[in-house]
Amino acid sequence: MKFGVITFPGSCDDRDAQLAAARVGEVVPLWHADHDLQGAEAVIVPGGFSYGDYLRAGAIARFAPIMTEVVEFARAGGPVMGICNGFQVLCEARLLPGALLTNTSLRFVCRQVTLALVNPNTTFTRAAKARLSIPVKHTTGRFYAPPAELDRLEAADQVVLRYAPGHNPNGAARDIAGIVNEAGNVFGLMPHPEHAVDPLTGSEDGLGIFASIAGGCR
Amino acid sequence: MHARVLVRPKAGILDPQGAVAQRALAALGFAGVSEVRIGRLIELEVADADALPEMCERLLANPLIEDYEILSDTP
Repeated sequence: MKFGVITFPGSCDDRDAQLAAARVGEVVPLWHADHDLQGAEAVIVPGGFSYGDYLRAGAIARFAPIMTEVVEFARAGGPVMGICNGFQVLCEARLLPGALLTNTSLRFVCRQVTLALVNPNTTFTRAAKARLSIPVKHTTGRFYAPPAELDRLEAADQVVLRYAPGHNPNGAARDIAGIVNEAGNVFGLMPHPEHAVDPLTGSEDGLGIFASIAGGCR
Repeated sequence: MHARVLVRPKAGILDPQGAVAQRALAALGFAGVSEVRIGRLIELEVADADALPEMCERLLANPLIEDYEILSDTP
């Protein structure tokens, strides 16, 4: 499995995403200004920032040159994972439903959270644990969608990860931490699995996400 | 021409910035302040005002979470 990891001006988790992906597959760095996915078989839109996140987080990045190819790749069924800022970019690009709003606390939160795996039958979670300890670090992570859309997402098993009771760090609707699109090939999540791939940093639960994409099994 | 676009959080969406400003106003002694909502004002010069709605839909606002209002000024 060849992972393509995009770097935008402002990305800061691209390096960790590359290192995490390299544990389970090959990695090719992708540049925001290119129109080339370089044969990547899965695309990671990383965390950090992009284009200053002016206007709204991800609002400018969704028009980055490389996003033309990412949208095409996603429409053709290719696996795409957006982490944190990447999740915001995928929502702004309308590849995922909903939006990410400022945390209810208005504060930047950086902490380890416990997640419940709601849907283990996705490309991104089939090798993941049922409960995961993964860090979050964001100011704009409150997942929002209108109530009818939330009902639809739940009914269609598109809610993939929830914050465990008491662990919702941002006021996200229905404790939603990660969702997939209708086709199941685009995944967005606020927590950072790429920061949880080594016991040295507290948890390796994030590795299961990368292993899933690479074709691992439970 | 000069145009102004008002973008604000949709009704029903929690606006923590507005809530904080509201509490701060109360702390300053201003009684009877409620429903404080914080949006943004975008000012721009446009050659074609007819393009403004599309600009709003595609970039200036996120219609899922924000309402926008185009206020075209006549010079």
